[in-house]
Amino acid sequence: MKSELVLDAKGLACPMPIVKTKKAIAGLESGQILEIHATDKGAKNDLQAWARSGGHELVKHEEDASVLKFWIQKG
Amino acid sequence: MTHAMTTKEVTQKIIHREKMFILDVRNEEAFQDWKIEGEQFSYLNVPYFDLLDGVEDILDQLPTDQAVLVVCAKEGSSIFVAELLEEAGRTVSYLSGGMKAWSEHLEPISLGSLNETGADRGEVVQFVRIGKGCLSYMIISEGEAVLVDAARMTDVYLDYANERQLTITHVFDTHLHADHISGGREIAEKTGATYWLPPKDATDVTFEYAALEDGSRVQIGDTKIDVRALYSPGHTIGSTSFIVDERYLLTGDILFIDSIGRPDLAGLAEDWVGDLRESLYKTYRELAKDLVVLPAHFMLIEELNEDGSVAEKLDILLVNNHGLNIEDEETFRKMVTENLPPQPNAYQEIRETNMGKQTPDLEAQREMEVGPNRCAVR
Repeated sequence: MKSELVLDAKGLACPMPIVKTKKAIAGLESGQILEIHATDKGAKNDLQAWARSGGHELVKHEEDASVLKFWIQKG
Repeated sequence: MTHAMTTKEVTQKIIHREKMFILDVRNEEAFQDWKIEGEQFSYLNVPYFDLLDGVEDILDQLPTDQAVLVVCAKEGSSIFVAELLEEAGRTVSYLSGGMKAWSEHLEPISLGSLNETGADRGEVVQFVRIGKGCLSYMIISEGEAVLVDAARMTDVYLDYANERQLTITHVFDTHLHADHISGGREIAEKTGATYWLPPKDATDVTFEYAALEDGSRVQIGDTKIDVRALYSPGHTIGSTSFIVDERYLLTGDILFIDSIGRPDLAGLAEDWVGDLRESLYKTYRELAKDLVVLPAHFMLIEELNEDGSVAEKLDILLVNNHGLNIEDEETFRKMVTENLPPQPNAYQEIRETNMGKQTPDLEAQREMEVGPNRCAVR
């Protein structure tokens, strides 16, 4: 999936993955996609809930080895 | 510096029925699924990601006349939010280790003496896993101890035994657990104790064990505190109870204080409902009524006695426990097979871990055990 920006949040614990995601998405335009790489297992449910409450959409997520990947489309 | 409240301090507040306000900053789903329960606790759930820009919006919802505890999954986000609240002039604490630590906290509570006439009176210590509602037991006499249904936090039991200079001689599991990972086998390996499992639950296990069968007996210490096994299937086909010193009845996951065991966690509810009925309505009813029931779980924080223990006389449960008072067998069958609560998180993987078929690392074990135990039907 094509993304506008890739955010490396690997090795970061809550709340940092979302703090950084929030900052990164602020710089995007509506409809553009942010790709996030994280290792904190809690990031999955939190990113999903955060995206929903912020009007963004989690369009895809993947899990390979220990890295979680998310694609969020800015609302 | 924001104040960290330990799981032990929170436990003391629950036992003493103190007031506290919990600001839980996990996502809504996680909060709905499982939270810190206290009779006098009140709650506000606002996810931390809604507070990144500031806490002004929630200030008027936080009391100033009682302790406020900020809680999250692993503590990082609760520290973040607690610092924002401190900057706004509030005094709050965060839960050290978060819900991860809460799930693992074990509070040892002595139930007192076993044998009132002996020189060494012996003792039963109940280890209350307060966050998950799991109960395990150490039965002690004259420097020897046996363990029943130990949790995976094996150091807690080993340190406790070490501090009191006790030798652990036998380790039992009343059944193959589906809601938590047993520490029994590891403790037995570390101490040289014998590890016992009911063979009917152990058909697929990958390790050696001693067969725990109806009438199996061990004695602890020179005064011979007697621990006797009583076959009581229904939650699983192997489920076994214990009678300790003719005073205590350890019921495993068959009978709880305000609920009874569920027969479906190994996928055989229809087959085992008859066994459950027989154990509850026949086997237990034939026992001495003044036995004190010690279950392997509690469901509601209201079940804690004043000292924090979970225990009640059998004759009282025979009257008050709804699950022991359903005359009609068909009604009973329906109650324990239909409309059951959701199954515990990852219960299949937990069963396989307890069989020795999976060996997940510590972090994976923690993930598997997240949430309440859900072993009962009410």
